[in-house]
Amino acid sequence: MLNPDGIIVNLIALKMLFGDRGKFVGMVLGLTFAALVMTQQPSIFIGLMTRTYAAIGDVPIADVWVMDPGVQYVEENKPLRDTDLARVRGVAGVAWAVPLYKGIINAKLPDGQTKSIILTGLDDATLIGGPPALIEGRLADLRRADAIIIDREAAENRLRYVGPEGEERSLAIGDEIEINDNRATVVGIGVSTRDFILVPKAFTTYSRAIDFAPPQRRQLTYVLAKGRDGEHPGALARRIEAQTGLKALTSAEFEQLTLDYWMTNTGIPINFGVSVLLGFLVGAAVAGQSFFNFVRENLVHYAVLKAMGLRGGVLVRMVLLQALIVGGIGYGIGVGLTALFGTFMRDTVLAFRMPPALLAFAGVGVLVIVLLSALLAIRAVLRMDPAVVFRG
Amino acid sequence: MSALPAARAADTAAPAVRCRELTKSFTGAGATVHALRGIDLDVPRGGMTMLVGPSGCGKTTLISVIAGILTPDGGECLVLGTELSTLHGQRLLDFRGRSIGFIFQQFHLVPTLTVIENVTIPLIINGTPTPHARAAAAEIIAEVGLGDRGRELPGVLSGGEQQRVAIARALVHSPALVVCDEPTSALDHESGQMIMALLRRFVSLRQATIIIVTHDDRILPFADRIARMDDGRIVGIDTEATAGGQR
Ligand SMILES: Nc1ncnc2c1ncn2[C@@H]1O[C@H](COP(=O)(O)OP(=O)(O)O)[C@@H](O)[C@H]1O
Ligand SMILES: [Mg+2]
Repeated sequence: MLNPDGIIVNLIALKMLFGDRGKFVGMVLGLTFAALVMTQQPSIFIGLMTRTYAAIGDVPIADVWVMDPGVQYVEENKPLRDTDLARVRGVAGVAWAVPLYKGIINAKLPDGQTKSIILTGLDDATLIGGPPALIEGRLADLRRADAIIIDREAAENRLRYVGPEGEERSLAIGDEIEINDNRATVVGIGVSTRDFILVPKAFTTYSRAIDFAPPQRRQLTYVLAKGRDGEHPGALARRIEAQTGLKALTSAEFEQLTLDYWMTNTGIPINFGVSVLLGFLVGAAVAGQSFFNFVRENLVHYAVLKAMGLRGGVLVRMVLLQALIVGGIGYGIGVGLTALFGTFMRDTVLAFRMPPALLAFAGVGVLVIVLLSALLAIRAVLRMDPAVVFRG
Repeated sequence: MSALPAARAADTAAPAVRCRELTKSFTGAGATVHALRGIDLDVPRGGMTMLVGPSGCGKTTLISVIAGILTPDGGECLVLGTELSTLHGQRLLDFRGRSIGFIFQQFHLVPTLTVIENVTIPLIINGTPTPHARAAAAEIIAEVGLGDRGRELPGVLSGGEQQRVAIARALVHSPALVVCDEPTSALDHESGQMIMALLRRFVSLRQATIIIVTHDDRILPFADRIARMDDGRIVGIDTEATAGGQR
């Protein structure tokens, strides 16, 4: 039907849809649930997965990370030789290269508890590789005697200790702890991006980190390099690899490597995948079922329209429109709820990230549900014999 | 009849319905039911014909065939000068949409559409622009005595009122033939009488031919002629004189 009455037929279809409030709500709820599960769970998953490479993203100034060829993820901490720093500096196109120490090491809190921490040692001259922001103290305070900076999250939670009067307290500026039996004084509280392994983070200078480390681990972990102006990081990384025999990755490549490690070596993707699939199926079943019921209960009305001369094509269009509208509303509410959830979860231990691709994924999922149920419904409408109008 | 416009005069030469040797059987669950066993029936133009007979004798099957929504197995069925078996697809839909009005025992109004929207449907199917359709619907709704109820949903109306809406819907596009299956069976006596009086009025006003299937004896006096059916056959015709049609 091409004339203006097409609009009124659409209106009739929509009134049929909205008028049946009970079923309409059922359909929208099912689709909302499907859209919610398809976005909320993966958003947490993606959020968690982006945390696996938080330590790389926190050093945006470095173009290239140079490491032992066996490294599979950023916390793996395989030693390089001290001479490797000079070799990297010798590669053409390198503007600067600095050492970075990373190691898991024992710390003793003021109340005597022992904790494992990740100690990052920053180049003494430039202090490159520290936390992106400090809420107390300054990065340069690391140059003072025995100085360390503690990550806020660690200071407030996992490194809490019992003070002299028996009160629980956060680790704070001025507190003294022992790192591998060496005295260390807290001079600042930093804020790093939350990571995945959740080991407390501490920062100091490279040379002090080497002093703190046990003898067998007093070695360089990474070399951070920056290319000269106009130098393509990927090309630079390949050149460093070729010349040093080490693994050199751009930040993006290293993030991907770390992500791939966690994706392939943990059950996390499967767990999330299963819950998304279950949610999708439950939502699809509820929504598909109620849409089909909605159409089935209206079959006699479609039959009357058919008897009165309405074309099958127009009936199909009515059902499709009903399906798409219900799908659009369910999708919108579901994705909206996920976004709301994400807003509430900002700055909490729960990771959350909803990229556009995920919205598209959920959109396709909802579309599949509504089109499948519409297809079944359309089949029923087209097969229906108009002669049923005179029977019960 | 001579008062009809010339354009319709040629049409009116043929009877409204002419069935010959019409057969239809249904096969289900192993058994075959012969619903129509050779129907011969002529329904002249204009007036009200009632189709009566015991339950299961094939009345509904017969008007379904006449209305073009059920295909017979054999025989001829000429409706308004057109042999139905020659119509297929869009032409059959167009024929039904323009020429047939439907009235059902259970009204079958779309419950989520207002009275006026329900009544516009046949016009919209025929391609009438919406404003015209609404105006025509409002007019005929007033004619059936529901002029002030156009914006209400069918659910708030009584059964008799809903059937009046259905009559408005069946007649709004001035079809030449209106088929009704048990239009008063779901109604109390008083509403039934009112519905029949209304239908009678439309028969004379719009020169429509109305075929009514019924087993409600109380409405028989409204008929111009009565066709009696039994076991898939027409077994007798009572004309106006014997049927005692009220004018
Ligand atoms: N779609 C169908 N499938 C099977 N049998 C049917 C169907 N329609 C009608 N019949 C059978 O055909 C016979 C005539 O039915 P019908 O025309 O509805 O009778 P009436 O309207 O006179 O009560 C009945 O025996 C009925 O059971
Ligand atoms: Mg019947």
